[in-house]
Amino acid sequence: MDEVRVREAIRQFILTSHLHDETAEDLPDDLPLRTSGILDSFATMGLVTFIEQELGVELDVYDTSVERFNRIDEMAAVVLRKQGDRAGVPLAAPHR
Amino acid sequence: MTQNLAEYLEQSAVRYPSRNALVDPAGRAVTYRELNAQADALAGFLAGRGIGRGDRVGVVLPKGIPAVVSLFGILKAGAAYVPVDWTAPAGRSRRILDDCQVRGLVVDSRVLDVVPEGPADVLDVIVCGSIDETGARPGSTPYHLALGRAEKAPTRADDPGDLAYVLYTSGSTGAPKGVMISHGNAASFIDWCASEFAFRPEDRVSSNAPFHFDLSVLDLYVTIGHGATLYLISEDLGRNAVELARYVAAHQLTVWTSTPSVLMLLVQFGRLHEHDAISLRLVLFGGEVFPIRFLRELRRRWSSPVFYNLYGPTEITTACTYARLPTAIPDDREAPYPIGFPCSHCQAIVLSEDGCEAGAGEEGLLFISGPSVFSGYWNRPSENAAAFIERRGARWYNTGDVVRRDPADGFVYVGRRDRMVKRRGFRIELGEIESALHAHPDLQEAAVVAIPDEDAGSRIVAHVVPGRGERLSTLALKAFCATRVPSYMSPDRFVFQDRLPRTSTDKVDYQALQRASIPA
Repeated sequence: MDEVRVREAIRQFILTSHLHDETAEDLPDDLPLRTSGILDSFATMGLVTFIEQELGVELDVYDTSVERFNRIDEMAAVVLRKQGDRAGVPLAAPHR
Repeated sequence: MTQNLAEYLEQSAVRYPSRNALVDPAGRAVTYRELNAQADALAGFLAGRGIGRGDRVGVVLPKGIPAVVSLFGILKAGAAYVPVDWTAPAGRSRRILDDCQVRGLVVDSRVLDVVPEGPADVLDVIVCGSIDETGARPGSTPYHLALGRAEKAPTRADDPGDLAYVLYTSGSTGAPKGVMISHGNAASFIDWCASEFAFRPEDRVSSNAPFHFDLSVLDLYVTIGHGATLYLISEDLGRNAVELARYVAAHQLTVWTSTPSVLMLLVQFGRLHEHDAISLRLVLFGGEVFPIRFLRELRRRWSSPVFYNLYGPTEITTACTYARLPTAIPDDREAPYPIGFPCSHCQAIVLSEDGCEAGAGEEGLLFISGPSVFSGYWNRPSENAAAFIERRGARWYNTGDVVRRDPADGFVYVGRRDRMVKRRGFRIELGEIESALHAHPDLQEAAVVAIPDEDAGSRIVAHVVPGRGERLSTLALKAFCATRVPSYMSPDRFVFQDRLPRTSTDKVDYQALQRASIPA
């Protein structure tokens, strides 16, 4: 999955789960989501689970710390790096 | 009888000097001898600055060894600690530290904006973490230097009536209020835990709750008092369920304490089937209702430990009633488990609206008496007068919780009649959220209601009336709330209204808003 599609998947999940009245334009890639209080720890957990299940990567505490997992572009970068780490080994089925 | 909570550490430092007292989130361990020596050093530094009996010292630190050293150092100096959420908005934290007039403060270098204004000779600041020396407050002391600079041996009075800590909870008028707990209050609860749960030096105990949340009093002091090892769980680890489940297995924890919320995270997201938890012998939870379907699922995954449900507001020191849960939750059970019977150090009565004691099966307000009941709120004389009643020659604290007494099961929690709600174990006064929203320059009016939610306890819905011509977004309002209230208080949903519904007496019609908030 390319970066644009990863960003869109994350954006759509946040909009449908937490921000019913907002549109995609209201949620730009570089908007701080956690330090601004838009996503709290429970919402973040739901997002992490979504990413692990739908995008087939495993995220650890380091990946999801607020310093590097705060904005949609940062989240997508973590996912792509993880997918890159996996390149060359057979793809595991995403967790269900 | 314990006179000062620091004695729990001091006794274990004599009996178990080389056992590990703490393991921090990075895996670093500190022995009882080391922990006691570091706390002594900090106490000496505070004493050298003239801080002692009758003073309060703020602690604004993440979960870690310095936080525990600070709590014990402050107690050893004879002062009381005021733990403040280091992730909360700085303005709210500053108001708390101002309100209880701290003389000293141990603060993480990343959140220096919580330091109250004021001359350096009135407030001694110890800064933990890497500091840009020029950016730090003039006169502040780096933490490692404070530990190396014991200027004076502390002298403490060891009076169990002295204040041990002040915990701030949400206040209905918008300002958080400080619950004052004495050494004697806390010791009576800790000693009850010791007799009931039989901790052992071999125990490995989780520390999930932050120190500003009073569930932490249980895991911290009961563990330290028994020479067991406390595993400090960081905020980052605490919100990653998969890692947390792995952590329980990897460290072979034997005792787990947390809110049901954390356990629900583990059940939903922790992949518990991948990790064994056979070392667990005891699971203690409290702070909110545990929804039965998640409890049933957890019981299936963690089948061997004994489960206890603990109930109690901060004002009576962590817990005043408890219930042991069965090993299997019947498939057809829908009601949450009761909060059970009074702990042996507490007495409980239920009073119906006419002030008479409620009979079996009748609902009424729960009142608690005993040595663990607090003396009052910091500097809130009128609320203190309203918090207690005299009866049968004793002073009883009105919990505000409505319960029903069941002869077989003990007390069954029913709900509340005021505007206090629980979310993830935290107490929230809806008035505090309204007060935060009223500070928004583009809002005319705001009214906040809570909708009962089977999984989350409550969902918070804010009805807001934007000023003329203003366009506001949910995102902007969420971001605004994050600067005023802790994240657990932030509304789940904002509903934009032209005007708020009113009753015939022109008050906000909360019942109508409540109805309008329930999703169709």
